[in-house]
Amino acid sequence: MPILETQELTYTYSRGTPFEATAVDHVSLSINEGEMIGVMGHTGSGKSTLIQHFNGLLQPTSGKVLLDGRDIWADKKKIREVRFQVGLVFQYPEYQIFEETVFRDIAFGPKNMGLDEAEIKRRVLETANDIGFPEELMERSPFELSGGQKRRVAIAGVMAMEPKVLILDEPTAGLDPAGRDLILGQIKAYHRRTRNTILIVSHSMEDIATFADRILVMNKGSLFCFDEPERVFARADEIARIGLDVPQVTRIFMELKRRGLDLGKEVYTVDYAKELVLRRLRERGAAAPC
Amino acid sequence: MLRDITIGQYFPGESIIHRLDPRFKIVITLIYIVMLFTGSTPLCLCIGALYTFIAIALSRVPLKLFWKSVRPLLPFLVITAVINILIVRSGDVIWSWKFLKITEDGVNISAYMIVRISLLVMGTSILTYTTSPVTLTDAIERLLSPLKKLHFPVHELAMMMTIALRFIPTLIEETDKIISAQKARGAEIDTGSFIARAKSLISVLVPLFVSAFRRADELATAMECRCYHGGAGRTRLRQMKSAPRDYIALLITAGFLAAVIYLK
Repeated sequence: MPILETQELTYTYSRGTPFEATAVDHVSLSINEGEMIGVMGHTGSGKSTLIQHFNGLLQPTSGKVLLDGRDIWADKKKIREVRFQVGLVFQYPEYQIFEETVFRDIAFGPKNMGLDEAEIKRRVLETANDIGFPEELMERSPFELSGGQKRRVAIAGVMAMEPKVLILDEPTAGLDPAGRDLILGQIKAYHRRTRNTILIVSHSMEDIATFADRILVMNKGSLFCFDEPERVFARADEIARIGLDVPQVTRIFMELKRRGLDLGKEVYTVDYAKELVLRRLRERGAAAPC
Repeated sequence: MLRDITIGQYFPGESIIHRLDPRFKIVITLIYIVMLFTGSTPLCLCIGALYTFIAIALSRVPLKLFWKSVRPLLPFLVITAVINILIVRSGDVIWSWKFLKITEDGVNISAYMIVRISLLVMGTSILTYTTSPVTLTDAIERLLSPLKKLHFPVHELAMMMTIALRFIPTLIEETDKIISAQKARGAEIDTGSFIARAKSLISVLVPLFVSAFRRADELATAMECRCYHGGAGRTRLRQMKSAPRDYIALLITAGFLAAVIYLK
């Protein structure tokens, strides 16, 4: 069942001035409940503008955004409710931290929702658990934390609102591999616990390939494709032409295919590649032991 | 909403006014201000207006932009004009009612003031529209450099101005981002009651200050890494060289001033 839909969504910046530009151009898509979606696109492809429509930070120039089948702009006064149901984590979210303690910063969103103290506490501690934050850190000032820890606190601040749809704009930008794995692990833990829909904008094909059920590719304000990873990465040439890349391992296997070693399927994760190669080796081993 | 703020208001172009030496432009603007305020007859003000509009035409900056710079001052102009009209008591009485009296002098003074201030704003706008803020502070530093002999920190002052101007757009963008991020967490920044808005302002101001200090720190480090140690012995990327056209512009302006003084 679709939880989030757009119909012919169009957004034009600075209308009526010489700087007018259409950032999102007639995009129609539908996202199902519980899906993990990877969002890709070159800088300026309109992906950031698109995701800011999902929680009503931007109002479409034309077209509609539907949440649970209802137009989010049907009642302008209710737009704040929409923001509680569709959580958006911006790029470098650690710069939005402002409270005196980690606990209070994570509690900012839930408090704005008007929840009671007990519920706020439950949510904060539960998300703190998701991000692997020990309780004794909760009373520390968030400004004393390391960069990666701050990032995790900021993401937790949106997760604690338990939105039906969680959108993260490049949550791993500027982190080292260990920090990146921690954040992706945190997001997966949250997904396992809540089964809520998650959208992640990322430039790392490797990351997207490992978690996404479907991949949304934006190009020059239009929807380039929105499909399962296999099918998306099968169009490697076209993807390369719009300035994006397929995972390294996919490129290796495409080259192998070109040279005559066809393993039959599109490969986009290292684990899957390993499995395929081992299976092929076993088959060969059975047929011709040497 | 914050994106609409334009400070520095530079309007890039290649006109003759854009190409004038910024030091001369500042001096010329000073002469221009003197010219506007010495003339006290309608003819003098006409000469001032003529000079202003010739300069605007030469700058090729759309007239609309000048209107934009005068418009915010209109309420202020109208209020002062009304006060002037009512307070000035000298000269022939044109109209009176009970204790209110309007005199010829009052009307004249108000009219002069409106024209003068409008011309002043338009004329100085030519300077800011045709000179980038960084060039402008550079020129101010050059013009004030004799004060260095009196141990006045000219270079430091100019550097502070440059940095401040440079960071205005950056901080505006940053504020925009923080507002969006806090709105996404349900902060009532453009909705809700007055108190709710005031409270949520904290969630914007704290991150903004933190990031301003962080940027200042980073910039200081970056400057030190490049061995910045103040103005002494520093050479420049853009050398300011005066050309004949700068002297001609200066002479023309001086000529207008002389005419105004003569006709006074």
